[in-house]
Amino acid sequence: MTSTSTTTPSAPPALSLRGLRKEFPSSAGPVRAVDGIDLEIAPGEVVAFLGPNGAGKTSTIDMVLGLSTPTAGTVRVFGTDPAEAIAAGRVAAVMQTGGLLRDITVAETVGLTAALFGRTGSPTPYLERAGIADLADRLVGKCSGGQQQRLRFAMALVSEPDLLLLDEPTTGMDVEGRREFWAAIRADAAAGRTVVFATHYLEEADAYADRVVLVSQGRVVADGSTAEVKNLASGRTVSARIDDDGERAAVTVQLRGLPVVDAIDHRGSRLVVRTPDSDVVARFLLTQTTASDLEVASENLEDAFVALTATAATTMDGAS
Amino acid sequence: MSATTSTPGTTSGTTSGVTSAPAARPRIRTSTAVRAYLAVELRRSLRNRRTLIFSMVMPPVLFLIFGLQGDYANQSAGHGNVTAWIAVSMTLYGAMVTATAGGASVSVERAQGWTRQLRLTPLRPAVYVAVKLAAAMALGAASVLVTLVVAAVTGAQMPATAWVLCALLAWVGSLVFAAFGLFMGYLLPAENVMQILGPVLALLSFAGGLFVPLGDGWWATVAQLFPTYGLAELVHAPLGGELGITAVVNVVAWAVIFSVGAAWRFRKDTARV
Repeated sequence: MTSTSTTTPSAPPALSLRGLRKEFPSSAGPVRAVDGIDLEIAPGEVVAFLGPNGAGKTSTIDMVLGLSTPTAGTVRVFGTDPAEAIAAGRVAAVMQTGGLLRDITVAETVGLTAALFGRTGSPTPYLERAGIADLADRLVGKCSGGQQQRLRFAMALVSEPDLLLLDEPTTGMDVEGRREFWAAIRADAAAGRTVVFATHYLEEADAYADRVVLVSQGRVVADGSTAEVKNLASGRTVSARIDDDGERAAVTVQLRGLPVVDAIDHRGSRLVVRTPDSDVVARFLLTQTTASDLEVASENLEDAFVALTATAATTMDGAS
Repeated sequence: MSATTSTPGTTSGTTSGVTSAPAARPRIRTSTAVRAYLAVELRRSLRNRRTLIFSMVMPPVLFLIFGLQGDYANQSAGHGNVTAWIAVSMTLYGAMVTATAGGASVSVERAQGWTRQLRLTPLRPAVYVAVKLAAAMALGAASVLVTLVVAAVTGAQMPATAWVLCALLAWVGSLVFAAFGLFMGYLLPAENVMQILGPVLALLSFAGGLFVPLGDGWWATVAQLFPTYGLAELVHAPLGGELGITAVVNVVAWAVIFSVGAAWRFRKDTARV
């Protein structure tokens, strides 16, 4: 799949990552959180940065915000340095947790943030856009997780950023809170703001993004429209029992040769085969081998997504 | 809107509806930010019951308990009476506690992710620390005033110049402890550092001769090493206490140690990426 970004030569991309790498020192040698990400996001795109926990999403966002420096590679935000983009208020973020003073009110928090950007007006318009105008006088510490998240969103709005980054914005929210939060973001993105959000919920990426960038183990493993990425993740599993160890090994090798097989797992005497075409695999197993007790199951999206990110990364590891 | 100074590559008219060229953004005046932030900090102090008790209630109450004991209260001590002597001690204690708490709150807010959030704004980390210290000093001034007013109406006697000088010395001297709070806050990994620093301050006050006279024993010599010793001597000097060179060296040395320590940790923290 190719990137769907459509940049015109005159305007710099909202976000441009080139060979981005981040390593953290640990007692067992450096841990590579981000392992060579190239990515270009055009102004106005709403992009989901989708991947399991530990895929390197937060590390990447930290580098885009200038909160950490890359081990290698470059980050450009609207053609400038992250620090410059922050100072100019062109990029803002809704972080996952923390970052709030519990003993001031919601309105005071947004008013202070606005003042730090040199804006002295009333915080009310930002509270309204984030859907928390009714909470203006509530102490931050008395707000629910979802309310605090919408407060972070209101704080991110005060600089009228051209690029908004959301790091797992709905973690810990209930269904209702999640819906309200996304309604506020959607209303805002409709006005043309570039939005990049990290998530490990496939449905969230599906429902709110135009483009999905799938990351796993610090790399981009798929990048395309939501429909394309969903197709990738809509396979089935065929599983069957083969009691003879020798035959099971031989069949595994033969299956690897079939073009429709994505991945093969062994669970005891059972073979578990991931494939977009279950008929071909089932026919092969039932006619060419001693396989018995065959089952075909369609995966739920979440399982498929985990399988996809795991296999894609393994394949790339093998190639490199 | 003029786009003449926009970044290279951005031509006027190519940006979409909600976006505006960087040149159109208002220049951020630090004074606006600092004034708004100070106002928020002062409101937070006034709302915080714990802060008010430790800064505004405890010092005058300690003074009332220890400064008005019948047997010695009206004996003279230097240019004033013993009551005045103890009032000055408690005034310094209140200013010290307030300044330490103010400095330490930086690390508490760091643990809460607030300083990280601030890095997503144009506010510079050094300005943030300056605002926190200014707010702590404002509260410290109030603490000094409250304790001295209570002392004045309950029988403390000293010359007018001594009242003014003691107040100023206690207030300005407490900056040493603002640096102490800042430094310790960065060093100690506790979410509420003051639960450790509060008792530490009380012990230091005993050890350095702020709460009880040091006498002539061996402890009087050891006490000269504590950071409370120099300041205790200094604030009592206007009352006629002898201000030895040891006390001055003590104040300067601890001021340098705490400030350099705090600056070192601060640099390390803001550079940590």
